[in-house]
This record gives sequence, structure tokens and C-alpha cells, in this order.
Amino acid sequence: MAVLPPNVSQQQFDTAIDRLKSVVGDEWVFTSDADIHAYRDHFSYIKDEPNELIPCAAVGPDSVEQVQAIVRIANEFQIPLYSISTGKNFAYGGPSPNVRGSLTVDLKRMDRVLEVDDKRNFALVEPGVSYIDLYNYIQERGLKVWIDTPDPGWGSPIGNALDHGIGYTLGPYRDHFSAHCGMEVVLPDGEILRTGMGAMPASDSWQEYKHGFGPDPAGLFGQGNFGIVTKMGFRLMPQPEHWRNGLITVPRRRDFIPMVDTVNYLTDLGMIGEPWYSGGLQALMNNTEFAEAANNFNEEEMDRQALAAGLPSWRVELQFYGSEGTTLANWEYAKELMARNIPGVQFTDGESLPVPLTDEQIQKSSTPYESSMRRNITQGRPGLGIWYMTGRTDFNPNAWNETHIGLFSLVGRSGEAVFKAQRDFADISKRLDMPGFFPNSLAGPVNWYQNSFLMGNGFGAAKGNSPQQKKDATILLRRLLEENAKLGYGDYRAPPILQDDVADQYSFNNNILRRFNEKLKNAIDPNGIISPGRAGIWPEAYADLRGSHRED
Amino acid sequence: MGLTLLATTYTAYAQDSAAVARGKAKFDHSCAPCHGKGAGDDGRESLPGTYSLKIKYGETLPAALEDRTDLTSEVISVFVRMGAWSMPPFRKTELSDAEIDDIAAYFAVSSRAGN
Repeated sequence: MAVLPPNVSQQQFDTAIDRLKSVVGDEWVFTSDADIHAYRDHFSYIKDEPNELIPCAAVGPDSVEQVQAIVRIANEFQIPLYSISTGKNFAYGGPSPNVRGSLTVDLKRMDRVLEVDDKRNFALVEPGVSYIDLYNYIQERGLKVWIDTPDPGWGSPIGNALDHGIGYTLGPYRDHFSAHCGMEVVLPDGEILRTGMGAMPASDSWQEYKHGFGPDPAGLFGQGNFGIVTKMGFRLMPQPEHWRNGLITVPRRRDFIPMVDTVNYLTDLGMIGEPWYSGGLQALMNNTEFAEAANNFNEEEMDRQALAAGLPSWRVELQFYGSEGTTLANWEYAKELMARNIPGVQFTDGESLPVPLTDEQIQKSSTPYESSMRRNITQGRPGLGIWYMTGRTDFNPNAWNETHIGLFSLVGRSGEAVFKAQRDFADISKRLDMPGFFPNSLAGPVNWYQNSFLMGNGFGAAKGNSPQQKKDATILLRRLLEENAKLGYGDYRAPPILQDDVADQYSFNNNILRRFNEKLKNAIDPNGIISPGRAGIWPEAYADLRGSHRED
Repeated sequence: MGLTLLATTYTAYAQDSAAVARGKAKFDHSCAPCHGKGAGDDGRESLPGTYSLKIKYGETLPAALEDRTDLTSEVISVFVRMGAWSMPPFRKTELSDAEIDDIAAYFAVSSRAGN
């Protein structure tokens, strides 16, 4: 399985490895097949294929200085690097690079929590710190701040934020990249850059004012390949004194439109945490007559059957953070607004609990928030419970489906936009004859990002473990991305094998965005050594590899 | 001679105790979120890894790793380094060989204690 970096001889490679060992120590340079195995994408669609995206080796630095030295060696030997923090990123390529034969820079050993301030409400961490680590650090010291965690807590705040990951508390915190404040980056030439107030050596505001003065290049390092981030600050939510939740249901399909408008209003006033939308009629899909109506967007018939069954067309769960009094006032206000805008709307008071919740309160399964998984993440408590999704289950005890890929499309934050997307996704799915993916009129949006909706669009589609099934699935997903983009639906994140395809669709003015990024790339990284191909940004040195994952 | 033997035995015991403590700490940090005991999320009887192993082994082996008497360093290494089912392989930067030895030392104690 051993591979060399592109255009690098065995002798050059061996010399480079010796140099790397002199920087980090023999113990932290990994070249054996057994060690490299752990740097492969566990869910790869091209596992064991000649084009599988495996590294030539991996190196585990313990300091910024070591990262600098690695970057300089990579320049000298023209070896492409690919940096990972905790290297999980299930469904988005795991730790695998964009270029086969890259040298993986494994930052896990840089796992120091450098500062947490619960008066000014920020943290400064290194890449190897996981959400679980940061949570434990805060809890062990009794600090009164929360983290905002994605479902799996084993990832790192830096890695997740840089891949534009999300969480589940208040809007400003759950967009993890936007919640960052100040970063330190080793540039492609080995120099260290600090963004924001970090550029002023004596400043005390690095984690409080991210803009500094002049253009802020921080965005280049999110899903980018302009440097290796070695420190990053994050704004943290102060621990609230009280948490409350409530459920709102509406009777008719079209009630979703004012429901979303009202939730948007509450969200953008900062009165609620993450709203959790869901369709209320899934239980009726076993009824052939209803399923036909739902699959054909027969709204009148859907409403008639929902009324007959006594089920709501839509639900949204709201959560409130603050004091007992303010959370109650905000919930009452939410009810007042909804009642004003939607005839027949109904409310279920949820729970009203002092923070922190006890384990027993987390495990409760009362309505709303029957899910303790949901309760954990709304309280910023990291875990790994989400992996019931991929583990053995009673209904799937022996057949691991090793394909797992994330595809979510940006959709306008309105009920009308969701309805249009439902129809578009259903049409595209039928046209492409996509197995395992049947969008219909019940699909709801997620409001992970405060100001936008995402809708699952292909997640779970076209699964299968044989090489041919995987190849067919990848081709199908590429066609799906093309068809989606024609109607304006772009993905926010993708695994390396689909990043060229997603980037292709951001095509305004002859792909000026990518051309602009590539001009910068070539200027800043003339040897193209930092993650070539990441997000479809290919430096001249590796430009011939653009789209190479598409070769069948 | 007797004193030397006693001192050697004590040192070995102290080393084992330290290894067990380190192993428990590492298990709690890196393994227990999936393979720990106790209730799982959303009303499930156990956490995802523990639940998976219950399905895999049925009544033939304990579902919780801490109750297993057969998990030597060598066995743990195979699963940790290769991955199993949807659990990915773990890298030496995450879990060193020495830490796997510590976890094995912890299992040797926890499985006896009915932990």
C-alpha cells in the first residue's frame, strides 16, 4: 500500500523522512502500512482502489515550531501536506487528504487548552483539543461557560470550525467558524501569522475583536489551504441560570410559512436557541392514500387526512436560555406571536429547569425533546451517542454499511423556499432514479446556521459496499450535485472526492471565486504544498490533479 | 533477601496500580463515551459501542469492555489499530501503545471487580 508523494523519488522521500524524524523524534513519524491505516477514510467510497486518498506518511508535531519546521521540509522536498486536528470528520472524508501520497500533519499532540475566561467568555485552544477535552477542562475548574458541541464530541473545535461545522445552542455560537475569534496560522513558507488583535503583540483583545485592522484573512483558512492553524480562539456562551423548552404545532401544511417567519423573528431578536423543525405526518406514510398525496404534493388532501388523524402538519421545538422569568416571558411571547399569526396553532409547555441539568433530567424523555441526545447538545454536553447511527442495531446486526457521506444543501430560510426545495429535490431524485433517497413533502429544514436553512439532500442515498456500488453511487451523487446547482442548491461541506464537484457549482462569473482563490494560492504557496485541492483550490504545481477523482 | 523481595513486589504493585489508574483515566476519556456502562441516549439500554457488542456477542461475552477478562494488550491493539465495524482505527497520537497497555491493566482489575 505504500505510496510516494507525487513526483518525489524514493530516495528524496527517505531523506525527507529522516529530516522529519530529526524534528519530531522517530516515534512521531509514521510510515508503516499499519500506522498509515489509521489515516485512511474509514468510510471511503474508494477504499482499496488505486486512487484511494491515502497519505505517504504521517508526522505528529507537538509545537508550533515543529509545524514550522515540517512546512519548510515539505517546501524543500516538494511534498504536499494535509493537516488534521483530531481527524474524525465522519461523512466528510475523515482524515484523508485531497492528494494521494500527501504527508499528513497530525496535530493531535498539540492538545493544550491555553485559556478559558468565564468573565470575558472565550477560550483559546490548540488543534488537538477535542470538544470533550474542552468540556472536561471547564467542568473540572467549575468555570461558568458553555461550549457549543456538534453531535460527536470527539472532534476538535478548531477542525470542526475550519470545516464550517455547527452546534445546537444560541445562534452566534452554533456557527462554529463565525464564533471563532482570533487564530494563529503557520503559513506555507513557515512564517507565523496571527489574525485580528493577535497581530498587535501587546494586545489583550485577541479573543474579543476578530477584525483587527484592514482585511481579515481568517476566512481563507476555513475549508482552505493557505496555512496550518495552530491556535484558535472561540467566543463561549456564558452558562445560563435557566433552560426552558416548548413545542409548537400547526394544523395545516401552509401554516409552515408563518411558523418559519415567526421563528425567524424570535431567532434574530436573540430570544431563542436552535429551533428544531419536523414534519408531523410521518406516521401517516404507512397509509397508501396519504403517501400518494404526500409524494405528489397534494396539499389539500394532506390537510384533510392530517385533520382526520388529529395530527399536526408541522412541529417546531423551541428552547430558551436565561433566567426563569426571562425564559418564561420569551416563551409566552413566542406563543402570543404564533397565535396571532396562525389560526389553530397549539402549544405544549416543555420543561423549565435550573442549569446545569442533572443526568436524570438529561435522560428524561418527556415531550418535547423526547431525545436525550438533543438535550445533551442543547446544553453543550459533548458525547458520542450519535454513533447509534452507524453501529450495530437490532434491525441491522451484521451488515455494516461502510459508505457514509454528508450532503446538505443551502435553502432559503422561509417556508416557501422549503416547499420549493421539497418539490425540486423530489423531481431530481425521480429523474436520477436515486435509490435510498426519496424526498417528499414532509422533509423539513435544519436551522443549524442561524441565518440559513440546510436540507439533507442525498445523505443516505445510493449505499452499498461493493466497489462497483460505490463507484455507481459516487457518479450518481455527482449528477445530483450538478442538478441541484442548476436550481441554486449548493452544498456547505463535502468529502475530498466531491470537493471539485461542489466547487464547480459555485460558478458565478466563470468561477471567479475559485480563480481568485487560486491566484492567492499560487502567490502565497508557490510550491502548492498546503493541502492542494482542498475545496477545489488547486495550485499550479498540482493543477493536473483537478478532477482526477472523477476518473472512473 | 526477604526485604528485597518485598520491595520488588511492592514496586511492581505500585507500578501496576499506577498503570490501572492511568488506564481507567484513558478509558474514561477515549473509550467510555461509546463503550462505557450505563444507559445510552434516547432510552436505549446502553451506549453505542456497548450496544453493538451486545448484539455481536449475545450472551457469550459481556457487552461492556470493562467486564471482559479476555482483553489483553494484544487483543485491544488489533481492534484499536484496525478499527471494527463503524469504529475507526485510532492513531498512536490519540492512543499510544503504552496507553493500550494501561487500559489492559485496568480491564484486568475492572473485570474482576464486577465494576
